[in-house]
Amino acid sequence: MHELAIVEGVVDAVAERLPGAQVTCVRLEIGALSGVVADSVRFCFELATEGTSLQGARLEITEPAGECRCRVCGRTFHPDMPILACPCGSADITVLAGQELKITSVMVA
Amino acid sequence: MCATCGCSGGAVVRVVDGQDDQNQHDHSHHQHGYDSGQPAVAGHRHTGTDADGARTVILEQKVLAKNDRLAALNREWLAERGVLAINLMSSPGAGKTTLLERTARELGGRLAVIEGDQETTLDASRIKAAGAAVVQINTGAGCHLDAAMVAGGLRVLDPPSGSILVIENVGNLVCPALFDLGEAAKVVISSVTEGADKPAKYPNMFRQADLVLLNKTDLLPYVDFDVRAHAADLRRVSPASLMLQVSAATGEGLSAWYDWLWRRTPPPADPDR
Repeated sequence: MHELAIVEGVVDAVAERLPGAQVTCVRLEIGALSGVVADSVRFCFELATEGTSLQGARLEITEPAGECRCRVCGRTFHPDMPILACPCGSADITVLAGQELKITSVMVA
Repeated sequence: MCATCGCSGGAVVRVVDGQDDQNQHDHSHHQHGYDSGQPAVAGHRHTGTDADGARTVILEQKVLAKNDRLAALNREWLAERGVLAINLMSSPGAGKTTLLERTARELGGRLAVIEGDQETTLDASRIKAAGAAVVQINTGAGCHLDAAMVAGGLRVLDPPSGSILVIENVGNLVCPALFDLGEAAKVVISSVTEGADKPAKYPNMFRQADLVLLNKTDLLPYVDFDVRAHAADLRRVSPASLMLQVSAATGEGLSAWYDWLWRRTPPPADPDR
């Protein structure tokens, strides 16, 4: 359940960047290949933000799909999880998108 | 609750002194932090204000930025000191501690270990008995080590130049994959008493592995484990990972593991310099 640690990381980062601010909304980007489950973040958000500047804040998550490029045939494709293999059979790929795990913006009162 | 690792009780770095726990020193990892090198707080952009007077602040910041910063400081410190650091991960019971016991005995004093477990100093006592310097980090409810805990452990352990430091992560194939500790390489153990499909089931973990040790090969005659299927799954998930077959119990195959370590270990600093 590292999603709890992830929410704690969000609380920490916001407190560091905007000390003392009362946050009303947090917008996160959690890519499909990030290793973090957005639903689990939603599940523990309320609990993990209790007593912090994010308490009561609305949580908005966008979930970019995974996108890879094959180094063998050059095509760009959306991988089927969990194996990041190209339809041509090659596993020699570069991940272009889907590994995002970031706070894009917050709203403050 | 701990803001770093999400654990409820706060992680504690314990120095295990011989067999008895009376001489432990506790260092809360919450108090760690480098005296210098803390990056300045980054700026942020404000955009418009809405009808309620609320304003949006663009942050565009990685959630794990703080951990990544501390990991970079760990990595820098380890490189300057000339210490090879390995992040060792596996599911519980795959043989991490048994591998380290034998490695400690057979490398003769060059091994130092940071032990991560939710509770107890049992593993650290085993490593200590095998002849390696060790600190135990108990993560409480936490399911992984993070860079801050390792920084605390490094300060207590103070590994000498030219040593091999293995950070034995909490037994878990999910959460530790996300947290950079400042290691030079990641090693994942899978064992023949688990399913051969572990690489496919836990791709985030195996994708990052520089080396995969397939352990407990002495049990292959007694279990239904397809080594070739495991190797094929690993190649599909992580084509760049090297796989070695070993038995930490009998020592079979371990010379390749030691060679792998030695090739990466910096020579000890010359004390006369």
